[in-house]
Amino acid sequence: MNLLDHLIMAPILIPLLAGALLVGIEEQWRRRKVSIALGAALLSWLSAMVLLWQADQMPGGVPAMTYLVGNWKVPFGIALVVDRLSALMLVLAGGIFSAALLYSVARWDRVGVHFYALSLFLIAGVNGAFLTHDLFNLFVFFEVMLAASYGLLLHGSGKRRVRHGLRYVAMNLAASSVFLIGVALLYAATGSLNMSDVASKVGQMSATDRHLLETGAAILAVAFLLKAAVWPLNLWLPGSYGAATPPVAAMFAIMTKVGLYVVMRLWLLMFSDEAGVSAGFGGNALLWIGLATLAVATFGLLSAADFRRFAGFSVVASSGTLLAGLALRTEVATTATLYYMLASTLAIGAFFLLIELLERIRDFGANLLAVTQEAFEAEGMVLPEGEDVGVVIPAAFAFLGLNFILCALVLSGLPPLASFVGKFALMAAMLETPDVGQWVFLTLLIVSGLAAVVALMRLGIRLFWVPAHLRRPRLRVIEAAPVAALLVACLGLTVAAGPVGSYLARTAAGLYQVDDLMQSVVGQQPWRGEQP
Amino acid sequence: MELILAIAIGVLSGAGVYLLLRPRTFQVIMGLSLLSYAVNLFIFAMGGLNRHLSPVITEAGGPYADPVPQALVLTAIVIGFAMTALFLVVLLAARGLTGTDHVDGKEEDSE
Repeated sequence: MNLLDHLIMAPILIPLLAGALLVGIEEQWRRRKVSIALGAALLSWLSAMVLLWQADQMPGGVPAMTYLVGNWKVPFGIALVVDRLSALMLVLAGGIFSAALLYSVARWDRVGVHFYALSLFLIAGVNGAFLTHDLFNLFVFFEVMLAASYGLLLHGSGKRRVRHGLRYVAMNLAASSVFLIGVALLYAATGSLNMSDVASKVGQMSATDRHLLETGAAILAVAFLLKAAVWPLNLWLPGSYGAATPPVAAMFAIMTKVGLYVVMRLWLLMFSDEAGVSAGFGGNALLWIGLATLAVATFGLLSAADFRRFAGFSVVASSGTLLAGLALRTEVATTATLYYMLASTLAIGAFFLLIELLERIRDFGANLLAVTQEAFEAEGMVLPEGEDVGVVIPAAFAFLGLNFILCALVLSGLPPLASFVGKFALMAAMLETPDVGQWVFLTLLIVSGLAAVVALMRLGIRLFWVPAHLRRPRLRVIEAAPVAALLVACLGLTVAAGPVGSYLARTAAGLYQVDDLMQSVVGQQPWRGEQP
Repeated sequence: MELILAIAIGVLSGAGVYLLLRPRTFQVIMGLSLLSYAVNLFIFAMGGLNRHLSPVITEAGGPYADPVPQALVLTAIVIGFAMTALFLVVLLAARGLTGTDHVDGKEEDSE
C-alpha cells in the first residue's frame, strides 16, 4: 500500500485541515488566510483530477477504487469509493469552488468573518458526500456541508439574508430528520449501511422486508430531492440563493447537484435490474417529479423580475432536467444527462458571479427594480470600496456583454455551446423509444429553453438599453477572471465534446454494471500489513 | 413494548410536525427538537427491541444487543444538538434584525 492509495482521503482532509487552521488565524493576517484557502482549494481540486485519471485507468472491468477507512472489513467500517461518476463530481465541484473562492478575494470575503474557513468546510462536506459509500456517513457529510452552508448563507448578514437563512435552516433541519428515518428503515430491512452491501441484498428479500426497504428508500429520496430542489420541495431555493452573496450562491449551485448525485447513485445501485421485483422502483415518480419541476421552473424563469431570481429558477430547471433525464434509465440518456449537468452547473456558477458585476453598471438612483434594491439595502453590511486588488479592466462593457451573452446561450441551451449539445443528445436519446413521458419531456425542454431566452432577453434589454444613464463599471481582474474561466470551461466542453462524451459514456456504462461495482466494493479486503 | 414505543414516536413526531408548521420561530425550534427526539427513538428501535441482552460482545458469546443503532443515535444526537444551537443563533439574529419572531417576518393582525 503506497502513499498514492491514500490519495482518496485528500479531497476531504485537505480542506478540513486547512479550514481548521484558518479558524485559528486572526482576521488581520488576510494575505496569509487567502493563500492558505486558495492553496487548499486548488490542492484538493488537483487531487480530484488525479483521482479522475486513476478511476479512468482502472484495469479490467473494475469500476471503482475502494478505500477502507480504519481498515475494517466492508460491511462494518466506512468505505470510501471512487468511481468515474464520483471523480467527475469532485472535479466539477473543485472547479466551481476554486472559481468562487478566487472571486471572493476581491471583496466578498471581508463582509463577514471566517469566510474561508466556512467555505473549506463546505468543500470538505461536499467532497465527502461524493466519496462516501456508507449511508450514515453520508448523513454526517451532509451535515458538515449544511452547517457550513448555514454560516455561508448568513455571511454578510443583513435582514434579507437572515430571513431567508431562517427558512433555509428550518427546511434543512427537517430534511435531516427525514434522512435519518430513511437510513434507519434501510438498516432495519437489510442490517447494513454500506450502499453496495444494501444493494446486494435487495434481490433476495422477503416481501415484508422489501416493503420496508422501498418505504425507506422513498423517505430517503425526499431528503435528497429537497436538497436537489425539485417540485414541490423547491420553494425555498430562489429566495435563499438570491439572498446569498454571489460567490456563496455559486458554491451553492453545486449543492443541489449533491442531492442529484446521491439519487443517481443510490437509485441506480439499489434498484438496478438485478433487484428482482424492486427493479426500477419509483422510476415513474422520478420522471414525473422531474417534469413537474421543469414546468414550474419554466414559469419561474418567465416570472423572474431580476437576475437573482432568474438564476435561482435556472438551478431548479437544471435539477428538473437532470432528474427526468436520469429517470429515462438508459445508458445513452444518462450520458447526455451527465453532459448537460456539467454544462449547466458551470453556467449557473458563472451566472451567479456575473450578476453582481452586471448590477454595477446600473445607476442605483435609476434602479427601477425594488427587489434588486432590497438586495443592496442589507444594513450592517459594509463593503470596503476602492481598494486596489488588480487593475480595472478596459472595455469592461464589452466584457460584461460578451459574458452575458455566453451565459444566456448556455442557460437557455441554444447552439453552439455545451448545454445545447447536452440537450440535443438528451432529445436524441428520447426519440429512440418515445412514449408519453418522453414526449412531454421533449416539449418541456424546448419550451423551458424558449422561456429562458425570452426572460433573459427582457432582463438584458432592461439592463443594457433602458437606463438613460449607465455607470462605467469598475471590474477587477480577480473578479472577471473566474467568470471568464467558468465560461471558457463551457466552451471547452463544446470543443472537447468527443473525449468528454466518451468519458461520460464510460461513466454511464459503469453506473449500469452494478454487479461489478458491488463486487469490487464488497470484495475489498482489509490491508493486513504485509508488503504488497 | 413495541406498541408503547410506537405510540411515543408517533406522538412526538406528530407534535413536532404540528409545531414546525406554526408561524413563530420558537415553536419551530421546539417542533424540530421534538421531531429529532422521535427520530432518535426510531433509529434506536430499528435495531430490534430486546431485553436483558449484554450491550457488547462478551467472551462467553451469546446474544448481544445490536451496537450499530446505538452508535448512530449517539452521532445523530450530537449533530442534532449542534444544529439546534445554530438555529437558535439564527433565530436570535432574525429577532434582532426584523423585530419580529414570525417566520415570514410579518406580524399578522394581533389576536
